[in-house]
Amino acid sequence: MTTQSESLNSQPSTLNFPLSEFLQQLLNGLSLGAIYALIALGYTMVYGVLRFINFAHSDVFMVGSFIGYYAGKHVPERTYWGGLLVLVVAMLGCALLGMLIERLCYRRLRGSATLNVLITAIGVSLLLEYSGQVFFGATPRTFPDIFPSTNFAFGSLVISSNQILVIVVATLLMVALQLIVYRTKIGTAMRAVSLNPKAAQLVGVNNDIVISFTFGLGSALAAAGGILYAINYPSIDPLMGVMPGLKAFVAAVLGGIGNIPGAALGGLLLGTVETFVNGSQWSTYKDAIAFAILIGILLFRPAGLLGKFTVEKV
Amino acid sequence: MKSPARLLTLAALAVAAIAAPLARAAEPIKIGEYASLTGKEAGFGQTSHHGVVLALEEINAAGGVLGRPLELAYEDNQTKSGESATAVKKLLSRDKVVALIGEVSSGRSLEAAPIAQAAKIPMIAPAATNPKVTQTGNYIFRVCFIDPFQGTVMAKFAKQDLKAKRVAVLSSVSNAYSLGLAKFFKETFVPAGGVIATEKNFSEGDKDFRAQLTAVKAANVDAIFVPSYYTEAALIARQARDLGITVPIFGGDGWEDEQLLSIGGDALNGCYYSTHFSAENTDPVVAKFVVKYKARWNNEVPGAFSALGYDAVYVLADAIKRAGTTDGPKLRDALAATKNFPGASGVTTLDKDRNASKAATIIAIKGGKQLFFKTVAP
Repeated sequence: MTTQSESLNSQPSTLNFPLSEFLQQLLNGLSLGAIYALIALGYTMVYGVLRFINFAHSDVFMVGSFIGYYAGKHVPERTYWGGLLVLVVAMLGCALLGMLIERLCYRRLRGSATLNVLITAIGVSLLLEYSGQVFFGATPRTFPDIFPSTNFAFGSLVISSNQILVIVVATLLMVALQLIVYRTKIGTAMRAVSLNPKAAQLVGVNNDIVISFTFGLGSALAAAGGILYAINYPSIDPLMGVMPGLKAFVAAVLGGIGNIPGAALGGLLLGTVETFVNGSQWSTYKDAIAFAILIGILLFRPAGLLGKFTVEKV
Repeated sequence: MKSPARLLTLAALAVAAIAAPLARAAEPIKIGEYASLTGKEAGFGQTSHHGVVLALEEINAAGGVLGRPLELAYEDNQTKSGESATAVKKLLSRDKVVALIGEVSSGRSLEAAPIAQAAKIPMIAPAATNPKVTQTGNYIFRVCFIDPFQGTVMAKFAKQDLKAKRVAVLSSVSNAYSLGLAKFFKETFVPAGGVIATEKNFSEGDKDFRAQLTAVKAANVDAIFVPSYYTEAALIARQARDLGITVPIFGGDGWEDEQLLSIGGDALNGCYYSTHFSAENTDPVVAKFVVKYKARWNNEVPGAFSALGYDAVYVLADAIKRAGTTDGPKLRDALAATKNFPGASGVTTLDKDRNASKAATIIAIKGGKQLFFKTVAP
């Protein structure tokens, strides 16, 4: 932290203020948006396959950061391998949790009215939030520094290694997801179930396994989002998922729900808009403006930015 | 009425009616406390609650008040808005408390105050510093200084000690305390020749402040005033250092909690905040309190809210003693007449607006430790 401040003072800014401030805000927005995007992917994947909003998703995100909190105590702080190990453990843990939720709560409701499933999802969400308060306590915890952190200064533009990490990890996971969905057998099966579950079953796709896998995959992404969020904002509590979850849901709708690149785009867009409003004189109306933009976009494109009537859903 | 059984019942009832007031004489005096014992600001509730319990135990060990022991009924508002009103209603209707203690946060005190006022039950806020709290009505008191004073202290501190000319203010729009303190800071700082270079807002529960801080950085300031609670203050300090902002960040008594340093870490070095009390104060009254508190609470070092919670109970007990009754209006009058009452957080005299005026302590954070910087008399 000291090195960058020295370089800041010694070398005159190469960028003039408005531009460097713009770039800094863009970077801040992208790193926040990347986390929204990761959570949004989970919403959109489940919607693509099952046509319902899994409201418990934002709480899986919370559980992910708590797994990271406990796992982080067993690895040396500020090492890349330790950090990655924590990330993998949290992703595996949440994948299991996601599959368990699907098996216990949603599977038996499959085929019943969407509203029933939706209400169950809200119930699961509240169950996770308040069980979290019982098991973890309602008091915020300080998330350990699991990754080494340094800052890089380019003129007056400062990039922290955590921000880079968020963008890199999120990009890698999104690329991996795209590969899984379009290049693997299970991905093909997912798309088949999304297109027509009955027909998929007729041609020999095991819907249960595919849906279970979808939940696992989405929950693992939420866990990754949870860890990345906690690294950047190291105060975690059982209700931490509520706001990011809502934003990610909005991002998924903004990009066109059911559409994977749409969720990524929506997340990045929402994070950036929110950051720019926050940095302006209208910071008081941050959420109001972000949501007004959402309403505006949906007025002109009801299916979302990338949503089409014949979208290729997951 | 002829049957002997009925007569016996009647006689028993008569005896009970006579005996009841006698039995009630030794009945405990019920005091209600509502606090944020869990949730985002659990640190506030836990420390003030520990002070309250310690004072109560001491008073009871010394024979109680008016020959009756004090009994505490307390409720947790979970740091959630709306919960304090429910908690206080419960304390008033179910526990029938004679007085209320709470809260540390101004916002949550403001929720409960109208209910206490309507019920004519005196309420003593240990550490709610926003002036509006006691303006709710004549049953609402506090044992701490108010934000116009705290704002003035910090404005003078910024000008004289930090030698700051351009200051950025970052406050929470959904927090009465934060907005009030920001306003009072500006009211002293600007006439004294200071410049508020930029003002940015955030909402309670926000965790990302990079956008606001990037704008603050561009405004080229000498210091940043953050009148918020400790979680936000710590995250703001961390993100400011990440963005290469090296100027001091300073705030008010909302920063007071152990969590501040555990979240903020090294980023807080060179930061300052004003509060009500320092355990390092060498005053014998304070030293005695620190020893007793540590002995009771497992070596925990008392903070400002511990001292204020402790003092609130003693001020209340003293008023009950002088009133000779726990009757609401009479207890209120006795409380309003509190003068030169010595306590752990200084001497309490309640003025006509039911506020105390006490010295402010400025704490400097250096090398990961909270150090006593100076005291500013009212």
